[in-house]
Amino acid sequence: MSREEDLKYADLTAAIKRRFDPILTEPIPARMYLKSPPWIDYARAAAVLTIGIAIGLTAPMLKPAPSPANLAALQLPIRAARAHVVYSPEVRHPVEVDAKDQDHLVKWLSKRLDIPLKVPVLVQEGFELLGGRLLPGADGPVAQFMYQDATGKRLTLYVTPTRKGERLTSFRFAKEGSVSVFYWIDDECNYALSGEVDKATLAKVASLVYKQLES
Amino acid sequence: MDYQLIVPYIPNLRRYARALVGDRDGADDLVQDTLERAVRKFHLWRPGDLRAWLFSIMHNVFVNQLKGRKVSPSVEIDEEMIAAHIPTVDSVDVLDLERALVRLAPEQREVVLLVALEDMSYAEVSKALGIPIGTVMSRLSRGRERLRRLVEGEPARTELRVVQ
Repeated sequence: MSREEDLKYADLTAAIKRRFDPILTEPIPARMYLKSPPWIDYARAAAVLTIGIAIGLTAPMLKPAPSPANLAALQLPIRAARAHVVYSPEVRHPVEVDAKDQDHLVKWLSKRLDIPLKVPVLVQEGFELLGGRLLPGADGPVAQFMYQDATGKRLTLYVTPTRKGERLTSFRFAKEGSVSVFYWIDDECNYALSGEVDKATLAKVASLVYKQLES
Repeated sequence: MDYQLIVPYIPNLRRYARALVGDRDGADDLVQDTLERAVRKFHLWRPGDLRAWLFSIMHNVFVNQLKGRKVSPSVEIDEEMIAAHIPTVDSVDVLDLERALVRLAPEQREVVLLVALEDMSYAEVSKALGIPIGTVMSRLSRGRERLRRLVEGEPARTELRVVQ
């Protein structure tokens, strides 16, 4: 079956995605924040006691569990890829503010993110700015800029302010489904460039973004 | 704690649950029960495919919820009567789609949705639902065909039951 079958049902699959994909960017209800079950508290208390004794006896060589600071780096490419999947196929409303109002776009998003934003120019790699939009992030607003090349291929740049104590990350690559993502975290912002393009193409554009933003 | 690794998958679980259950509150209940169970059982997860593991937990919770109800609603519905009330449209209408999904047998709905929303392979679906790959394939092809017919407004011939 497979390919022919998949083609036969492509419309249906697309309709299912169109209907339910927006749920991906809805804020998560507070009741879903993970709470540790009671036994974990006991286990943790026991671990703390053991560690306390160990620290007293030896120089600790403890490997820390992923802290909230590291989690941001784990989640960034996933969130960025999701936002890409939801908004990049939009035909009529890919962006909230069009690139022809770029001054307004940058002022508005800088104000909402409370950080001066720069919009990279990617024309030398064939991508022009379409515009941008404001999105809900894990714990605050996110700016998404969208670019398009002559063939209609789209890339999105996902930008959110770096929180205090968040660990900085150098240039990294991740693949989420069919979406490739290059991301990094500097002391001001988390950045992620996403697109359904091959790694080499995205790497070229991403390094251009990186150069312009980090200079 | 390590179980915080689950967090990035919560939106995926919510999207799937909404499509599977139909209503928002029921779906979020399913997600919450799944998350509580996943946190409780997190020590059983061996580093590997966390997504498939989470969806397998959601599957178990979902099946238990279905068992809890006396009658599965998809059996009680007079399909011809409903089909007569659905306005005909050219494209895949959102309301038609949701109505059609609810009328699909739950075990077909699961397979169709995991493939459509999560882009899962047969092997991944087989792992998540704990069924052989052959069963995944047959449920997918029957489920998609039935869904297509339901969306197009044809009364489904299979599983039809007249309610007087």
